This record gives sequence, C-alpha cells and structure tokens, in this order.
Amino acid sequence: MSAPLAKAADAERVLDVANLRAYYQTWHFGISRDVRAVDGVTLHVDRNEIYGLAGESSCGKSTLIKTIVRAIRPPLAVIEGSVRFDFGGRACDIYALDRARLAGIRWRHLSYILQGSMNVLNPVRRVRESFVDFAFRHIGKPMPQFLALVEDHLARLRLDPAVLGSFPHELSGGMRQRVTIALASVCRPDFIVADEPTTALDVVVQKDVLALLREVQRQIRSSMILVTHDIGVHANATDRLGVMYAGRLIEEGRTGEVIREPRHPYTAQLVTSLPRIGDIEPKQGLDGAPPSLAAPPPGCRFHPRCPLAMEMCRREHPPMVEVAAGHRVACWVKAPPGGMAAP
Amino acid sequence: MFTVLRDLLRYRTEFRFGAILTGFIAAFAALSLVSPYPPHDQFVVPPDLPPSWSYWFGTTSRGQDVFWQLTFAIRNTMLFGLSVAVLSRLVSVAIGMWSGYKGGIVDRLLMSVNDTFIVIPLFPLLVLFYFVLRDRMSWPLLALAMASLGWAYDARLIRAVALSLSSREFTQQCVFSGMRTREIVFQEHLPYVLPIVFYTTMNNMNWSIGLEVTLSVLGFTDIDTPTVGVMIYWANQHTALVAGVWWWVFFPVLFVMILFIGLFLLAISTNEYIDPRSRLARMGGVSG
Amino acid sequence: MSALLDIDRVGMSYVSGTLLARRVVRAVDDLSLRLEAGRPEIVAIIGESGSGKTTLARMILNLATPTDGVIRFRGTDVAKIRSNHARADFMRQVQPIFQNPFEAFNPLKRVDRYLFMSARRLADARGTEVDALADRALHQVGLSLAEIRGRFPHELSGGQLQRAAIARALITAPKLIVADEPVSMVDASLRMSIVNLFRSLRDELHVSIVYITHDLATAYYISDRVLIMQRGRAVESGAAREVLANPQHPYSRLLKASVLSPEDAGKPTIAANT
Repeated sequence: MSAPLAKAADAERVLDVANLRAYYQTWHFGISRDVRAVDGVTLHVDRNEIYGLAGESSCGKSTLIKTIVRAIRPPLAVIEGSVRFDFGGRACDIYALDRARLAGIRWRHLSYILQGSMNVLNPVRRVRESFVDFAFRHIGKPMPQFLALVEDHLARLRLDPAVLGSFPHELSGGMRQRVTIALASVCRPDFIVADEPTTALDVVVQKDVLALLREVQRQIRSSMILVTHDIGVHANATDRLGVMYAGRLIEEGRTGEVIREPRHPYTAQLVTSLPRIGDIEPKQGLDGAPPSLAAPPPGCRFHPRCPLAMEMCRREHPPMVEVAAGHRVACWVKAPPGGMAAP
Repeated sequence: MFTVLRDLLRYRTEFRFGAILTGFIAAFAALSLVSPYPPHDQFVVPPDLPPSWSYWFGTTSRGQDVFWQLTFAIRNTMLFGLSVAVLSRLVSVAIGMWSGYKGGIVDRLLMSVNDTFIVIPLFPLLVLFYFVLRDRMSWPLLALAMASLGWAYDARLIRAVALSLSSREFTQQCVFSGMRTREIVFQEHLPYVLPIVFYTTMNNMNWSIGLEVTLSVLGFTDIDTPTVGVMIYWANQHTALVAGVWWWVFFPVLFVMILFIGLFLLAISTNEYIDPRSRLARMGGVSG
Repeated sequence: MSALLDIDRVGMSYVSGTLLARRVVRAVDDLSLRLEAGRPEIVAIIGESGSGKTTLARMILNLATPTDGVIRFRGTDVAKIRSNHARADFMRQVQPIFQNPFEAFNPLKRVDRYLFMSARRLADARGTEVDALADRALHQVGLSLAEIRGRFPHELSGGQLQRAAIARALITAPKLIVADEPVSMVDASLRMSIVNLFRSLRDELHVSIVYITHDLATAYYISDRVLIMQRGRAVESGAAREVLANPQHPYSRLLKASVLSPEDAGKPTIAANT
C-alpha cells in the first residue's frame, strides 16, 4: 500500500462506514427473532467516485443503504458502528445529528434516487412542484430564480424543461426516472445514494438512464453509492465495487479488477456464470441458496456453498485482507491474513 | 386452533379484554338456564324495589327480578345477533366470492342486485314488516328478514378480495394443476377472505343487536319474549325513568354495552392475527 | 410433419374509452410462429414492456382469446377449448412457468400440495403413485421430495421455488412449456442452473419451450430460434445465434447495443478518479 494513496484517500473520503451492525429485532407473539441484515460492514467512498454495491436478494444491501442515510425505523436498529460523512470539510456522524441538522443535510448534501421513481414523485402534483417541495428551501433563492436554476439544470442534463409542467403519470417510466435523477442532483449534493435506479426499466431505457447518471455525477462531481444486483450495470457505471453476501462485505476493489480477476469464490462464480452474447461456453449456477439472515451459518457465511471450504471457514469468519492495491477480500483460502494466498 | 387462542390470550391485551367481557356476558346468559322465575311470568316478586342484597339488580314495575330477566334478555339478544350474523355471512360470502371469481356478466348482475340491497332503507322496511305481520311476527322471522337485508355491504368487500386473488399468479398455477374452481375458491382463497368474514361477523352482530334494540324499544317486535330491547320497551311503557325505577333501564343498557365492546375487541384483535401478512411474518417469512 | 404449435397471424386488440372517444390498442399484431412436433426446440420471444409478449403467452395458454387469427395446438384451435375434459387434456400437454416464483405459489400453503394436485388431477395418479410421480419430477429439476415435503414457499430460495414450479409443470410430461420471464426474478448465482435446466428439458425430456424474456444474453445461450417483438409486431426472427450475433432490424440492433455487458468493466469511464 503506497503512502501517498493513503494520505489522499483519508483527506478525500466523503463517506466512512465503520463496523456497522444493523439488525431487525422482531418480537411476534413471544417469538423473538434477530435478522442480522448488516453484520459488521466497513467501507469508504472517496470524493468524485461511484461506488457500486452488488449482491443478491437478502444480502443486506438495501438495509445497508437505509442505515447509511439514517432512514431506519423499528424494528430496524443500529447495534454497533458508525456512519461518518464529510461534506466539503464539515465532518459529521449522521447518527449524532439532531433532527434539524439532519433535515438541513438531506437533499442539500445527501440525496437519494430510489427504485421505483413513481414512489418519489407525488402523483397529484406537477413535477415542478416536486422540485419546489424538495429543493426550494435548500437553494435559498426567490422562486423565479429557483425555477430558472431548475430549468438550467434540466437543460444541462439534456432533459426537456417542458417536463416540469407534467404530472408524473404523463411521463414514461424512463422519463420519470430521469426526472428523479435530476431532482436528486439539483442541489448539487456531495453524496447521492442510488438504490436499483435502473432495475424496473427496459433494456434500452436502462442504458440511457445510466448514461444520465454518470453524466450527472461528472457534472456535479458528487460521490455516489450505486446499489444493484446487475453486474453489467456495475461494469458500465461504477469505479469501485463492493460485493455483499449475507450481511457482510466479502470483496471490494476497483470495478474492472473485481470483475476481471475476482478473488472470492462467490464473486468468481457470480461473474463467470453470466452469459454473454457471442459466448457459448457452458455456465454453471451455484448450488444451495443464500442463508437466512435470521440464522446464518457459523464462520464464513458462504462456506456451505463454497467449493474451497476448509475447516477454518466453518469456525471463524475471515477478515478483509488487502490482496492488491485497493483490493480487499474476506476469504481464508484466497486471502489468508499475512500468508501466501492460494492461486 | 388452541395454540392460536392461547397465544392470543397471552399476548394481546385487547383479545384478553374482549374474551373476558364476552365470556362474562355469555356466562351471564347461561345463568338463564337456572333461573328460578320463568321469563314470561309477571308479579312473582314485589315490584319497583331498588338493587339490594336480595334482588341484586332490583325489580321491575311488572314484578319481575331484573337480574333474572336480564339473563334471558341477554341470551335472546345474543342468539339473535349470532343467527343474523351467521345467516348473512353465508349469503355475503357465497355471492361475494362467486361474483369476484366469475367476473363478466355474472359479476355485473350480482353486483347490481347487491347495490340495490345496499341502498334499501332497512329501518322503514323492518317497521313495515312488523305492521304487515303483527301477531305472526316472531324472532326467527325477524332474524331471517334482517339476514336477508344485511349481507350486501360485506359481499362487496369479499368480492374485492376475491377479484384481486383471482388475478394473482398462484391462482393460474392452481388452474394448471387441474384444480376445479370450487376447490380453488374454498381451499386457496378462503384463508385470505376469512379475516374479513370474521371481522364482519362481529360487526354484523353489533349491527343486528343495535337494530333489534331499536325496533324493540319502539315496540316493533314480539314484545313478549324478553330481549334487551324489549326490557327497555317495557321500562318505557311504565315510564320507569320518570318513576325513578332507573335500574330497569340501567342494567340492560350496561350489559349490552359490555357485549358490544367485547365483540368489538375480539374482532379487531383476532383480525390482525388471522391476516395473512402478519401470519407470514410470524412464520418467519418476509424479510426486512 | 404436423405442427406442435401454430400461431397463425394472431392479433389482440384492446378497446378503451367511451362511445365518442374510442381507442384501439393493438397489443399483438399479425404475429406468426410455428413449432414442429417431434423436433423439440427452445424459441425465445424477446421484447420489452409493451411489446405484447405477455399477451402472446396468455393466448397460447388459453388465458386470453385472440381477436384476430388462430392459435392451434396440435391442430386444435386453442380458443375453442371449452369443456372440462378438453381443458384438462390441453393442460396435460401445455404448462406455464411464471415470472415471480414467490407469487406462483400460495404463501399460506405448502409447496408440495401443487405437485400432488397435478399428479392426482391431471396425471390420474393414486396412492403411492402420487409421491413417486412428484419425486421423479423433482429429481428431474435437481431437487427431491424429501427436501420439498412440508415446506412453505418462504422457506425456499427463489431458485429452489422456481425449480419446484418447473417440476410441477413436468409432472404430466407436457410437450410444450410456456415460460414467461422465468429467471428474471431469480438471483444471478442461481439463474444459470435454471437456464441449463431448460436445455436439459429440451434434450432429455423432449419438451419444447417458449421462452419469453427481455434478456438477450440468456436467449443467446439456450435458444434455437428467436423472435423479437416490438409494440406487438414481430420485427425479426430466425436462428438464435445468427440473429443475435448480427441483428438486421434497427430495433434489434438497438436492443443489442443497449445490453450492459460485464466485459465493459475497466474501460475508461467518464467518472474516472485520476
């Protein structure tokens, strides 16, 4: 690990998540159940980068996102760990803020793009009014200037400003999602969280929306976490990629590296099993199923399905070990701490 | 079944209260079986006596013991409410599910009939019913009349559920597994419909009892059989409140209120328990 | 050689609006497709939302009646199948697989129930035969009755549930399976086992599959033929590898160009950090 990289990284971190544990603690008719959705996650996002979070259903990535933006409600509770943001020199722990400061941060410094944009835009109000609702008080300019700013923003993103006068249902799904992206970026926030932004969209529209997302990020130089299960999306949009499995981060590194040279057996399986046009090699799926987060297996949570599982894997969960610059893996076999990794 | 009841009793305070209240009323009604006085007899005890240790709830101006009268009254009222509720459930479930599942012209026809029944003014109709039948009016007949008028609103509710269920993919899977419509409706869909049925049963009981009391107080029913409403009718006939015989009105009203509240609490607490979504959560299904 | 499935210039129109302002929407327009009997194949129908592919699936399964044209299964007009006996016969030979495995099963009932039901009602099995039939079908998809018995849908993963659904469809040894986006809601790591399963259904059990999807990559991987739909019409069709490797129609080209491939990872991005 080179020193200049470390120093630059420290100074440029926008988000720092340390040892985060968040469980759903339910109690129904005498049966108490802890769903360990996020179980010890440590990651960071630098300035001006798109960090991708990949994983399948019930891996905890949606819960991680909710915890990062502090959109948690019972029965979800943060058990341990911290989530620290650095918005242009002003560092803060999002869980230490009071309601007022939290409201001040939201949208101005931290905004989100959700799956299902139809849920974000108020169906009985025009798009313009949604912009007013979300962003007006943060911009702090009088209304005519604010609206001009919004139109300008839309124009720079190559969106027809006429959409401002429409109702959400008059727009197509792709258009709505583009509007949602414009809405999330109008205050030029330092950090944007995008949860499955292209999942419900058609293939053709998906590419356009993704291009828009990247364009937005390039223009306002914000950092982003992009959550999606689709590796193709990560390949085309993110700079760094973190793979989650059963509530834990198991591999992380530059997207190109993680996809071309995955170290963790799960990542390897995930990436190589994807069919591609022009490739007729037989592909294999994984056996078994992702574990239940209420009763995860001991040790490394992937061990029941892992072809390389050793005794150690059944007993203890492997720590994240840096196998190459910026590339971390949690695997006893592929990344033994301090030792030689198996080929 | 019993684990369900045990769970509910242990963990839901509303259910516990509802069960206690309703149980109390039911036990009270059961006392009518050991009543020393036949219900129709009059002047078996000194009239107009306030509540005392010998006559717990006092006596009426007709020389009846309020306590024992009330056991009959509550019993009859409860049975009446129950029979109306059960009868009208049969109709509303049958029509609602058939309409919802078949769709098309069957649905349109049934719902037109349904909506007609919804807008029929019940009260004037029942009064008219009384005037036509007069002496031949009996409680079973009244129960039948009310049951045939009280199903329409709930039928629509059940139809809505049936409609949404028939468009779900698992219904198609059932069809392609060779299941007949009847089986799909009763075995696959009914568990989703049951919470509504139970809730509407409680509701319907409260409604029918309320209507019965209203009709009886006004004298539009068979006033010889004691029910809560009939007791109040006779109390009014003897201007009980003016005469100071307040216990004649107070105890029937109190007991019917307890019954109402008990049924209501049972309905809302069991409803949450039976609801498929909360059932799934308890089985450990849907994740966060 | 007679046709297994003959979709002959089929169309479906929906009329909406009032007397004075009617709108006719052509969900499916003049579509033809023919699958031969005795030559099992996987035909992928590719399209986006609004392309009419789901409507087409419903018409093949006799869940909707075409407003134009005819769909014939083994010579019989599908829309004319009315009697219980004829429907049962049809269902023995044509079975569906739905997109959402968790929706395909009643969450309050056990999964094995539908397997046993299919065995009893459609395959006319009795007693121990029922279990045997269910077990055999489950083995064909890589599961077993011991694993599935008594389980509720939420106790299984999406992949297992979808495989159970396929097993149920196989109990009557159908000739045709209509699969509507069967893997789009299944996790990526479990997806390929199911896709591979379709291949073995064709090769070992001689079942033809109409595979409806928006994913060109899996269509390329297992289909023999491909039909690309846009707004109800077929814009291109032919041998899968040829059409997808070299699409001719502008829409097909657009589709292919929009595919986000993992191959693009690491190429210079606009949001580079350096």
